[in-house]
Amino acid sequence: MSGYSPHTADDVAAMLATIGVRSIDDLFAHVPAGLRERARVDLPAGLSEPELHRLLSGLADRNGAGAVFLGAGAYPHWIPAVVDQILLRAEFATAYTPYQPEVSQGTLQAVFEFQTFTALLLGLDVANASMYDAASATAEAVLMARRLLPGRRTVWIARALHPHYRATVATYLRGLGDVRIHEIAFGAGGRTDLAGLRSALGDDALCVVLGQPNVFGVVEDLADAAAAAHAVGALAISATAEPLALALLRPPGACGIDIAVAEGQSFGLPVSYGGPGVGLLATHERHVRSMPGRIVGETVDARGRRGYVLTLATREQHIRRERATSNICTNQGLCALAVTAYLSLLGRHGLRSLAEVNYQAAHAVATRLDAAGAPRVFTAPFFNEFAVHAPDAATEWETLAREGVVAGFPLGRWYPELDGALLVCVTETHGAEQVDRLVGALAAPAPAARSVRG
Amino acid sequence: MLDEPLIFERGSRGRTGWMPSVGIDGAAEPLPAELRREDDLAGFPEVSELETLRHFLRLSQWNYSAATTLYPLGSCTMKYNPVVNEVLARLPGMAGLHPLVPDALAQGALELIERLEAALAAVSGLDAVSLQPAAGAHGELLGMLLVRAYHVDRGAARRRVLIPSSAHGTNPASATLCGYEVREVPMNERGLLSASAVAAAMDESVAALMVTNPNTLGLFEEEIEAITAAVHGRGGLVYMDGANLNAIMGVAKPGDMGVDVMQFNLHKTFSTPHGGGGPGAGPVAVRRTLAEYLPVPRLVRDGDVRRWSDDAPKSVGRMRAFYGNFGILLRAYAYLARLGGPGLHEATRLAVLNANYLRARLCGAYHLPYETPSLHECVFSDRNLQEYDVHTLDVAKRLLDYGFYAPTIYFPLVVKGALMIEPTETETKETLDEFADAMLRIADEARDDPTSVREAPHRTRLGRLDETRAARRPVLRWRPAARENAEESA
Repeated sequence: MSGYSPHTADDVAAMLATIGVRSIDDLFAHVPAGLRERARVDLPAGLSEPELHRLLSGLADRNGAGAVFLGAGAYPHWIPAVVDQILLRAEFATAYTPYQPEVSQGTLQAVFEFQTFTALLLGLDVANASMYDAASATAEAVLMARRLLPGRRTVWIARALHPHYRATVATYLRGLGDVRIHEIAFGAGGRTDLAGLRSALGDDALCVVLGQPNVFGVVEDLADAAAAAHAVGALAISATAEPLALALLRPPGACGIDIAVAEGQSFGLPVSYGGPGVGLLATHERHVRSMPGRIVGETVDARGRRGYVLTLATREQHIRRERATSNICTNQGLCALAVTAYLSLLGRHGLRSLAEVNYQAAHAVATRLDAAGAPRVFTAPFFNEFAVHAPDAATEWETLAREGVVAGFPLGRWYPELDGALLVCVTETHGAEQVDRLVGALAAPAPAARSVRG
Repeated sequence: MLDEPLIFERGSRGRTGWMPSVGIDGAAEPLPAELRREDDLAGFPEVSELETLRHFLRLSQWNYSAATTLYPLGSCTMKYNPVVNEVLARLPGMAGLHPLVPDALAQGALELIERLEAALAAVSGLDAVSLQPAAGAHGELLGMLLVRAYHVDRGAARRRVLIPSSAHGTNPASATLCGYEVREVPMNERGLLSASAVAAAMDESVAALMVTNPNTLGLFEEEIEAITAAVHGRGGLVYMDGANLNAIMGVAKPGDMGVDVMQFNLHKTFSTPHGGGGPGAGPVAVRRTLAEYLPVPRLVRDGDVRRWSDDAPKSVGRMRAFYGNFGILLRAYAYLARLGGPGLHEATRLAVLNANYLRARLCGAYHLPYETPSLHECVFSDRNLQEYDVHTLDVAKRLLDYGFYAPTIYFPLVVKGALMIEPTETETKETLDEFADAMLRIADEARDDPTSVREAPHRTRLGRLDETRAARRPVLRWRPAARENAEESA
């Protein structure tokens, strides 16, 4: 018996006697016999712990490693030991959603701190207790805009927003059928074409959605985008896949963004084949009752001592049912704790320094790649990720990967017009030796005519 | 020392807990000034590594958790979260794997995903599985999108979804998110859905029935086969909320019941830790007829090689970035592999035994609104206590004094003052007895000393919290100004 149940034969006998039945089978007698007869779960017998460890280790060993320069929505950063140790605390990890606040103050205070970090980082007033990831948070932001501006019908999304985020927004809007999505092109510099946007926006515009930085690693002019949206009465939404950038960049709120979302994975969570991460969402105080998701608020107990509770629940599914602001229930609590612990530890100075180190490293590598014959595709400022023109390496991407260098992501897979470009991400986790291998892999064999494309 | 301030209220100007080493040298254009942040991250903490550790460890000690105490939350299945799974999720080959590496470098991860899809298909008796949804409600949303895609493909989306009155609130919210109008179906005097009630509500405008089986009273829907036949007879589909799957593994397969699409809650049935509110995972299984609408990318296999494919023209699209909460999927697969087919069946049998044992011990002292045989959970009400002006909330708070978390309260809505108890299979008889003894003592206290019960909890660090105040005057974050004011007045 490889399960985790503690019952002895005597326990079972005593419990059956109390219940007043002869066997456990009797407890299922009311389930139609025809269903029970066919219900055997056709899976092998259970494994012992060492067998299980061998199985999973064997699978892990079949995943490749090497010098990996991938970002594009998932960013490798060093996870300080303290952060993971905090996540391993079973008092946090195995708690439920804090329905009984008197015995859940640990989780509740940590979420209140998470909301504060989210609001500070994004430069807005209030934040919720987390969303599934930045892609679904972007979709929820668009739905929130739809609640704030009912009747408006067109959503303007930057083509340079991460394609997974764009696809998720489209999926979420699919069932509603009353909103149309328009794409905003990007220009030769890699930034979203805001002049084009201004001339296309009309009175039925619901919101404008941009990445910051966008999927090419390029820093957008959010202030101009927000002004364009506001000029027609629409809302401005930004989505950040690499939140470390916001330690250096003017925060979305300070640029006039109305709803800002971000992916929190960079802050204390491994890339883990794409999940779990955590979605951050912040907005103005005046929109708080339209916000999706759980929210923790400060209050006092019967003796006047400070404490925290889940609040504003009248927006939520368990009270409002079909009239709720969102159907979200379970969110990404423990991942939000990782973000909170990570940002606490690095703090004001560590976070800023880490962002500077990332910026510096990526720019140094971009300069070396340019010298080696792989110039940048775009000219606009970037943070720790950039596209380079390297058609041979893009063609040979999988071969290079098998040889130990994943030389960025071939953008042609997402953007046919960028065939031949590789999206390269450099963080503090990359060492000089890995960079040498990247440069070697991307070095052009011979000078060739190249053009900057957009 | 007994209190713990906010992390923002700790520390001292200039202190730092962690600094990166210098990275790669080389020329770098500075970031243009107009793009730079101007607040220098004011408000962010300035604390040491030890201060950070102490802060969070102290906070952790203010939580009840499944690892420290029985968590009898009905419909939440707070079973033991095996420690070994935490070790396995941290294997560098898994945790460090970037989602965009070429598929050739992710064969181990892809095989794990394939194995989990197959295992969930085997448990459910359905044909195809998507692991993309991040939580149960995310799975419900996907399920409803699949229902919609199926009907649109056959000419009309239809406009209604039938939902029993006992359903979880996420069901109507998910259906609405897909543009559906919700029509409630009443349950009968035994707490069950009857095939005749479903047939009466069923017409060609109904896209689907969303049913939870066993339902939120812990009762198996005995007419489920006739119910699904009634829905199918008018061209509708049946969605099953799999939140209560722990009651029926190896006992009844949703596929055999006539269910077309369902979600699993891996953070319930398959033991992944709840994390204080996530991350979970809400995979969706479907009958073959719905498989072509599942989200992209789909995992496919060419011989021994597994790869992602976007070739699914009828897919509803993406539910999120990448492929799902992979770290959670891994833990769930580890649990499934450790128990195996026979172990899953045994888990269900013992979960139902434990719940019926508590039901037998508490019946009488607490009012049982439905006498129908129940499975993995049981629902009582506070009716017997009302003459003492003691209510469900009071019982819940008093339980905290005895060191137990409270049951799910005031849900399902069909029972006034509900106390919904689900002990799960990993609790010992001794723990169940301690819990039952505490519940019985509270019933006595309600009669003998009702004020004390109404003012509970007495032994927790904080007393009852003022939720009305929190909602009326929302304080949802700490503000930097608060620290500055504090410093000035100090």
